[in-house]
Amino acid sequence: MNDLLNEAPLAPPNTVIVAESLSKRYGSASAVDQISFNIRKGEVFGLLGPNGAGKTTTILMMLGLTEISAGSISVLGYDPARQPLQVKRRVGYLPDSVGFYDHLTAVENLTYTAKLMGLSLNERMQRIADALKRVRLSDVAHKRVATFSRGMRQRLGLAEIIVKKAEIAILDEPTSGLDPQATLEFLDLIRELKAEGVTVLLSSHLLDQVQRICDRVALFQSGRIVLMGSVAELSVQVLGAGFVVEVEAEGVGIARRLATIPGVSNVETLAEDRFRMTAERDVRPDAARAVVAVNGALKRLSVDEPSLEAIYARYFQGKTPGDVRHAA
Amino acid sequence: MRREGSPFEGLGAVFAKELTDNISSVRMLVLELLIVLTALAALYGAIDNLRQNTAEDPFLLLRLFTLSNAPLPSFVAILGFLIPLMAIGLGFDSVNSEFNRRTLSRLLAQPIYRDALLMGKFLAGLATLAVSLTALWLMVIGLGLIFLGVPPGTEEIGRSLVFLVIAIVYAGVWLSLSMLLSIVFRSPATAALVALGIWLFLAVLWPMLAPAFAQIIAPPDPRYLALGLETPDTGLWSQFLLRLSPNDLFGEAMLAILSPTTRTLGAVFLDQLRGAVMGSPLPLGESIMIAWPQTVGLIATTIVLFVAGYILFQRQEVRA
Repeated sequence: MNDLLNEAPLAPPNTVIVAESLSKRYGSASAVDQISFNIRKGEVFGLLGPNGAGKTTTILMMLGLTEISAGSISVLGYDPARQPLQVKRRVGYLPDSVGFYDHLTAVENLTYTAKLMGLSLNERMQRIADALKRVRLSDVAHKRVATFSRGMRQRLGLAEIIVKKAEIAILDEPTSGLDPQATLEFLDLIRELKAEGVTVLLSSHLLDQVQRICDRVALFQSGRIVLMGSVAELSVQVLGAGFVVEVEAEGVGIARRLATIPGVSNVETLAEDRFRMTAERDVRPDAARAVVAVNGALKRLSVDEPSLEAIYARYFQGKTPGDVRHAA
Repeated sequence: MRREGSPFEGLGAVFAKELTDNISSVRMLVLELLIVLTALAALYGAIDNLRQNTAEDPFLLLRLFTLSNAPLPSFVAILGFLIPLMAIGLGFDSVNSEFNRRTLSRLLAQPIYRDALLMGKFLAGLATLAVSLTALWLMVIGLGLIFLGVPPGTEEIGRSLVFLVIAIVYAGVWLSLSMLLSIVFRSPATAALVALGIWLFLAVLWPMLAPAFAQIIAPPDPRYLALGLETPDTGLWSQFLLRLSPNDLFGEAMLAILSPTTRTLGAVFLDQLRGAVMGSPLPLGESIMIAWPQTVGLIATTIVLFVAGYILFQRQEVRA
């Protein structure tokens, strides 16, 4: 406990999870190799990378469900290895392809876990009814889980986290195997959680979804975090620049004028009236002002936001092309 | 490294859930029917036998448990054979099914230790078996009352209660064995097959193999053979080997408890018989003393098997 108190000032304020050179070895093989990261309160953090890169192992170490070989991790100020009950009381976990007791109904399944959480009868009933309503399963609350689709099971798993009133929700591959409609619904539910101030930790290999919802991501590769930060930061780091702005405008000297905008690293002339700028931020307002300043006629202004997919592909192309195959 | 919090947190919830599952399962219903029907047949034989040949017997009720009417074995022999089946039926998929249903990691993410899960499952299984065996016991006493018309004495009730307790302990051995196998093997089918294999080996093959091994270890002396007697060394070895099987321990304990005239379960020395009134029943306390080592053996086996399972389960990785 003293160690934790001493370490606390090192971490930025509002940090809920702190990992310091966390490692997990199975024999001589290393599943997680000296990773360090901080997760801030209220953010959606994405763990991302190919299967077998160490994401699930990292999650299990946070919950005290697997032993830590070296390093340290603290979750909400508790050590998961020594105080797992304290951690598990405050952290909700939706495992990869979650399972339920098929012969029990949705309510019965949640009642069992709510009892394990130590909730009293009244509180249990109230919270379960509320949670099922939020994940839109109220009408099938008394149906056996055997009849549920995969999307419904995932939502039931999320209902369990809501019943727990968890401060941190850890979701392991929550949208893999869901159809597009179910995926959208599920991502909406995650946004609702975030709006309530719940910190969400999300592991996935579906890049566009991670990009849509995560504030920051950590890219895992063979047990190490190779990249970490917001998507915009990563694109600057990997692609050299984050935003590609295309300008369609008629006028004289537009290209020269555009190149003087601060933050723009490159201007390409695609056609007589079309220009492509590479910039580290969204420079559309400046571009519009620049066109107007030279008395040009602005016809179109579009921006390609940096895509995680491009970052990912570029990163792994540069390093080990073999790993990209497993990622999809 | 010490962990914080009680290992028993959540034990009650696991126990209640598992007990409900056990009692309402079709599997349990089938096993109970099997035992009740076989036991009824054995009881019918015993009652028939008693009505025809009994003169005066102070322990009429106990005869119900031990008398056999060929070709049917006695009630106790049937229980010795079928209790393991029932316990295996309850335990063989208790842990691996949680893995296969992928419910284990979700459960262990709740604020409980693994201890509570394993202990809750074991206690729920044992409670289920205790409920079934108690029902069976009441059935025997009820049938005895109806068909024999003799109210049982205090000592008979006492002895049959001790029988009930030892039968539950015996069920505990097989329950912890099958739970151990359900931790070792990820596939419930493999766990069930191995458990049934061990059960058949110990119940059917071992009683035949043990004397044969005894003869190899301590070859019979021709001088005893000439007199038509069993060589003491061979006999002792044979008994020692037989006692490695919980079935034999259960049988011996039952013999001591249900047949009050039983004075010893091993070889008798002459000085032990000095002053004894042959054929007279022992008091209950003395009979319990005779059955005590066997009972302790059964309890110890249960604990050892449970601890082995506990250690394996604690070290197992959660991810399926």
